[in-house]
Amino acid sequence: MTNNGSSRTNGHRHPSGYSAWSLLRRGAVGGKWPRAWREHDLGSSYDAVIIGGGVHGLATAYYLARDHGMRNVAVLDKAYIGSGGSGRNTAILRSNYLTPEGVRFYDRSVKLYEHLAADLNYNVMFSQRGHLTLAHNDASLRTMHWRTEVNKLQGVDSSVIDPDEIKKLVPYLDTSPGTRYPILGALYHPPGGIVRHDAVVWGYARGADAHGVHIHQQTEVTGIDVSHGRVTGVQTNRGRIATPVVLNATAGWATLISDMAGVSMPVQTFPLQAAVTEPVRPFLDTVVVSGTLHVYVSQTDRGELVFGASVDPFASYSMRGSLEFTEGIAGHVLELMPALHRMKLLRQWAGLCDMTPDYSPIMGPTPVEGFYVDVGWGTYGFKAGPVSGEAMAATLATGKPPEIIAAFGLDRFADGRLVGEKGAAAVGH
Amino acid sequence: MMLLPCPWCGPRNATEFRYVGEAGPRPDPASATPEEWRRFLYVHANPCGPVRETWYHRAGCRRYLAVERDTATNEVRSAVDSATGVAR
Repeated sequence: MTNNGSSRTNGHRHPSGYSAWSLLRRGAVGGKWPRAWREHDLGSSYDAVIIGGGVHGLATAYYLARDHGMRNVAVLDKAYIGSGGSGRNTAILRSNYLTPEGVRFYDRSVKLYEHLAADLNYNVMFSQRGHLTLAHNDASLRTMHWRTEVNKLQGVDSSVIDPDEIKKLVPYLDTSPGTRYPILGALYHPPGGIVRHDAVVWGYARGADAHGVHIHQQTEVTGIDVSHGRVTGVQTNRGRIATPVVLNATAGWATLISDMAGVSMPVQTFPLQAAVTEPVRPFLDTVVVSGTLHVYVSQTDRGELVFGASVDPFASYSMRGSLEFTEGIAGHVLELMPALHRMKLLRQWAGLCDMTPDYSPIMGPTPVEGFYVDVGWGTYGFKAGPVSGEAMAATLATGKPPEIIAAFGLDRFADGRLVGEKGAAAVGH
Repeated sequence: MMLLPCPWCGPRNATEFRYVGEAGPRPDPASATPEEWRRFLYVHANPCGPVRETWYHRAGCRRYLAVERDTATNEVRSAVDSATGVAR
């Protein structure tokens, strides 16, 4: 196995299996682990080029190669894989959405995540610890009941529970009636949980590489060649690639990349900030979300508390943190769990969210033949990685989007068939 | 913290304002085709760079402002009253 960028090995290889046995053997005998994915020279042509080396792009490449036999595929990332939304989200998975289309779609993703570690032979540390969305007023309680019924009809485990039951699940939560925003109930979703987001990216990269996909980091797309209404190639900072199929799987840059192909997107880019505390002993084994207080909290396996918020109040590509966010999130977390008042924040960061008018993604073909999009992932993209990869792989291979993403086409905005998920997607992570 | 130079109130924290969005001509609802109207509703330039947009000073003079801002850096280049064109 070469570990520099000069090898251009063709075909696919079997991944060196990770197992207790291989760990033991290497521990005893020594020796270097092979690289999880290789570097290659940029090819002059590929059967498909995927722009964006995040969970969506890498999962699409993986399923393309594994399920559809398309192995001559390149994944391009302008920085390193997982450097965008895939490494910046708060790693929460759930499927308790509001519309039947949304619930079906995200539930398929949770199902894929449940078997992902085995599929990829890579521990993604999925912890299905349960997910609570708190209701602080009658309107949100009504939405919780609505979501519960839609979820049940789609076979998704959801129920509305009262403050006493909430207190049993999360003893540190202030469920007393005297708070500023008293907790009236919660939507409880046991299959929800958290996952190690970097591991998902690395696992898909390793799997795609093993099937012969080329992963090109530090490769920025500077233009998309379109001739007579169809894609012919992409321009990059490392040279031109000829290809009949291009997928825009970027988040934060969805409009900028689509503009290169002359396709305008109903997308606006907003930063979303998150923060993490110093590690403490385990005390929180569910994910707690409050839409009213614009906050979601979970505790990682290392003991840190991860806080996320809603998107910043104005569109921007700047990922600088703001004091308003820190003040706001600290106040809101203390409103929920006053016992945390001496916790210290370790760091904060931001990621870019491509918001669509209906809080649902845009997936499928565009007016430019061969140019496909998997964009508009707002604040809900990470949890949809596996199902998006599976569905976009089918779309790229056959030219036709499968039924599970039929509702998310770009044409829905012209036809007025929006898939309104604001009630379940905004803040509700 | 981002400061917006309000022509009436002076430089104020952006939290005092409501972000309205990219400024553009509104088609006449009576004569616009559904296509034009949906484009107006949903499709924005969303540039990474300078953009002209509208902000509303809700906790100040309650005037609509025409602001030029760079979305890559959040640098505000100008802010004038949308209706009167008054600059500071």
